[in-house]
Amino acid sequence: MSRDQAIRAEALESLLIERGWLAADAVDEVIATFNERLGPMNGARVVARAWLDPAFKQRLLADGTAAIAELGFGGEQTEKLVVVENTEQVHNVVVCTLCSCYPWAVLGLPPRWYKDPAYRSRVVREPRRVLGEMGVELGPATRVRVWDSSAEVRYMVLPRRPAGTEDLDESELAARVTRDAMIGVEVL
Amino acid sequence: MELSGELAPPMANGEAVFEAPWQGRVFGMARALAEAGLYSWVDFRRCLMAEIARWDRDPQGPYAYYDHFLNALERLLAEQGLIAPGELRSRVEALAARPHGHDHPPA
Repeated sequence: MSRDQAIRAEALESLLIERGWLAADAVDEVIATFNERLGPMNGARVVARAWLDPAFKQRLLADGTAAIAELGFGGEQTEKLVVVENTEQVHNVVVCTLCSCYPWAVLGLPPRWYKDPAYRSRVVREPRRVLGEMGVELGPATRVRVWDSSAEVRYMVLPRRPAGTEDLDESELAARVTRDAMIGVEVL
Repeated sequence: MELSGELAPPMANGEAVFEAPWQGRVFGMARALAEAGLYSWVDFRRCLMAEIARWDRDPQGPYAYYDHFLNALERLLAEQGLIAPGELRSRVEALAARPHGHDHPPA
């Protein structure tokens, strides 16, 4: 029951603060960071930059952690960020089969379905079918690659740039990029 | 409260980051304690994976991610000798015994 969990959480936090293991405002700070500073808007900026700047895209695919640091992202966790590029031949999709590992620095916290058992197990077994259910129709010639996140490596998908966006600038392009596209369950 | 513009919580695709305030508190505690060096995030992840694996093997009730998260945190804090299960139980009972309408943190 939710009231039970709320009281357990409150009990834990009060004990941790009393013992001096947790600063009184530490939890508020983490929540504020995830609410305000970390989220898909960061990943969208990374994607837009990569669409516009081939040299940046090359660096991003070679070393995601270093490339997003150029835009001031990262540092929340020490895990490596690997960016995988969608092409005509390959569609990438990301999962964490064992829990909920996710590239916080660029996407914030994962959506509910990402953490659910159905997605975690099914997207590995029958990715095409799961993608179809989520509205992604892929041609028979497109290969699907599923990337399983771990404590050490987090993945983000670099979606294909939609047609008809040649005249858009970086912030206009970023506005077209969605969280789901960067997980690989949407095509823009 | 104004919930649009630059400071809006990320709600792309219509989802809030946390579904209830306690979920944010639990997530915030788990992160803050790791940042303070009381354990490593890898340790926490191990506990979370174990909680989720337990449910995967023998689902008791609907899947509730943050319930697993809270269980994992309690287990890790007990394992590390930071908060003993008995202490936590007494505190929970004390808080639960507050008169109705007063079950919120003291000002």
